[in-house]
Amino acid sequence: MLLLLVVLLLTAGCSSTGGRRAEQARERAATAGGAVDTPRWKVAMVTHAGAGDSFWDTVRKGAEQAAAKDNITFLYSNDAQTQNQVQLVQAAIDQRVDGLLVSLAKGDAMADVLAKAEAAGIPVISINSGQEFSARFGALTHIGQDESTAGEAAGRALARRSRTGVLCVIHEQGNVGQEQRCTGARSAFGGGFQTLYVDGVNLPDARAAIAAKLQADPSLDTVLTLSAPLAATGLQAVQDARRPVELDTFDLGTQVVTGLQAGTVGFAVDQQPYLQGYEGVDLLWLHRYNLDALGGGGPVLTGPQVLTKDDAAALARYVARGTR
Amino acid sequence: MHRLVARPEFGALLAAVAVFLFFALTADSFLRLSSLGTVLYAASTLGIMAVPVSLLMIGGEFDLSAGVLVTTAALTSSMVSYQLTAVTWVGAAVSLAVVLAVGGFNGWMLGRTRLPSFIITLGTFLMLTGANLGVTKLVSGTVSTMPIGDMEGFASCHWLFASEFTVGGLTVRATVWWWLGLVAAGSWVLLRTRFGNWVFAVGGDAAAARAVGVPVARTRTCLYLGVGFCAWVLGQHLLFSFDTVQSGEGVGNELIYIVAAVIGGCLITGGYGSVAGSALGALIFGMVSKGIVYAQWDPDWFRFFLGGMLLLAALLNSWVKHRAELGRA
Repeated sequence: MLLLLVVLLLTAGCSSTGGRRAEQARERAATAGGAVDTPRWKVAMVTHAGAGDSFWDTVRKGAEQAAAKDNITFLYSNDAQTQNQVQLVQAAIDQRVDGLLVSLAKGDAMADVLAKAEAAGIPVISINSGQEFSARFGALTHIGQDESTAGEAAGRALARRSRTGVLCVIHEQGNVGQEQRCTGARSAFGGGFQTLYVDGVNLPDARAAIAAKLQADPSLDTVLTLSAPLAATGLQAVQDARRPVELDTFDLGTQVVTGLQAGTVGFAVDQQPYLQGYEGVDLLWLHRYNLDALGGGGPVLTGPQVLTKDDAAALARYVARGTR
Repeated sequence: MHRLVARPEFGALLAAVAVFLFFALTADSFLRLSSLGTVLYAASTLGIMAVPVSLLMIGGEFDLSAGVLVTTAALTSSMVSYQLTAVTWVGAAVSLAVVLAVGGFNGWMLGRTRLPSFIITLGTFLMLTGANLGVTKLVSGTVSTMPIGDMEGFASCHWLFASEFTVGGLTVRATVWWWLGLVAAGSWVLLRTRFGNWVFAVGGDAAAARAVGVPVARTRTCLYLGVGFCAWVLGQHLLFSFDTVQSGEGVGNELIYIVAAVIGGCLITGGYGSVAGSALGALIFGMVSKGIVYAQWDPDWFRFFLGGMLLLAALLNSWVKHRAELGRA
């Protein structure tokens, strides 16, 4: 009797909209049917992502969905440390993959192992970072965002919004891409501009540092963060500072989109990580199937795309499902 | 047979064979010679450091600065060579002096204060992490060092620390030779010399060792110097195989060295363990970390599997040790 009641309750209690089931249905719709009839090729992606990075999860999702569509077995591995990333690339070569996607954040260190991929006849496409190394290492193309250009786009947006004092928050001291973003923004903006280094793996500490800086310097009216997690931290810091300060950011995330809708985030510069994974797999497929090279082998830019309140409502559902 | 079972690395040997068979059966590309070369390389870069770390653990101490010390070694060597436009051997020599000084500092602090090595080396770890970033940025203006691949001496340094050769598809890197050499040397010192007896004595009961005339402080300092030397070897490998070094690297590796030593049968309380065991621990770690890739499992679970392996290996070790003691009684 009790069992019957539980079963009844469970059936009645199911949501007909949203939730995990809706997510599964969407995934099936995105991956089912329409697969090409090429042989089952194997593509590996090796990135410099740390464990549990939301940005790279979106890249991976794009790659997985393109792989499903292209009848490709997709292998993913990642390690934030150079020597381990090199070993993972070597492991992919050992598995005789048909194509290799690799992020070149530690460019020089990858030269040797990519030469081995070339020797083994494995086509390589670099994604996300390392545009300057890509062609030199024999990659077919680079798919990503030029960080200086992205910084300049942010700088122009800041000028358009007539901000006067901008605080650019670098959360990985010495990350070249982050420096380029801030430098690009500074040169295109032209107004008051400062840089603050915080510890991106210690968010409470970063929050306190930003808040303290805002409290100490009344000339600042804008915080510019370089990633979605730091944008969320930046928003908390703005609240802590109890001053009307605008937050602008690079990259999207749930909190960023909610912020855009609510007006607490001014704009977000997006590099479309989903595209980096999706196009990477798709271009390898095109190369193998048809010897195609998009843009004649020059870098394929996935950003910058400057998103504001007007775009936020339409974006929210895609961010929620983790593909934007 | 009974003598074999009683050895500290026996459990690790069983575990290594089990892990090997497991991945040989589940991952089809695992048994290829090129794959085994990759596994050996992964094991060797870890195993080089597991040798002095296991000796240190047998001596009853920790070194949490071992991971970033490797990066310090590579950074120092690279920056000295580049900034002074010196032959790369000069950079390597200065680097050796610097890391031995750090090791010596750890040992000296331990001898002079009554602080646990956990605290002392935690302090060194933090200072080195900061210095790696700070000094590099100060000297190079960026967080990575300048390429030194075109400098004099690079070719011979590369040969010594980062060369490789291929026998019938199996690529063996220089680190593998260094690793085997260090394991042999470490084992010999531990099992065949008076110093080895001192290490066991100091780790087992420092007060008793001191009472029978063992130079406790000096023994420990020597062990820390050993960590410095091996960090130098691995650091030079990183530098001369990758040409440039990122200053933020190495954090977290110190725990992995300890994991390798523990899987290999070292007791966390000191006084028991072996160097050969640390090599098996590194091999297990290398097989698991790359085997998961060859088996094409979801890498999100990597650390979970690794933790599971560690617990299983530790349990197996303590069980084997218990059985051996029962047999002796």
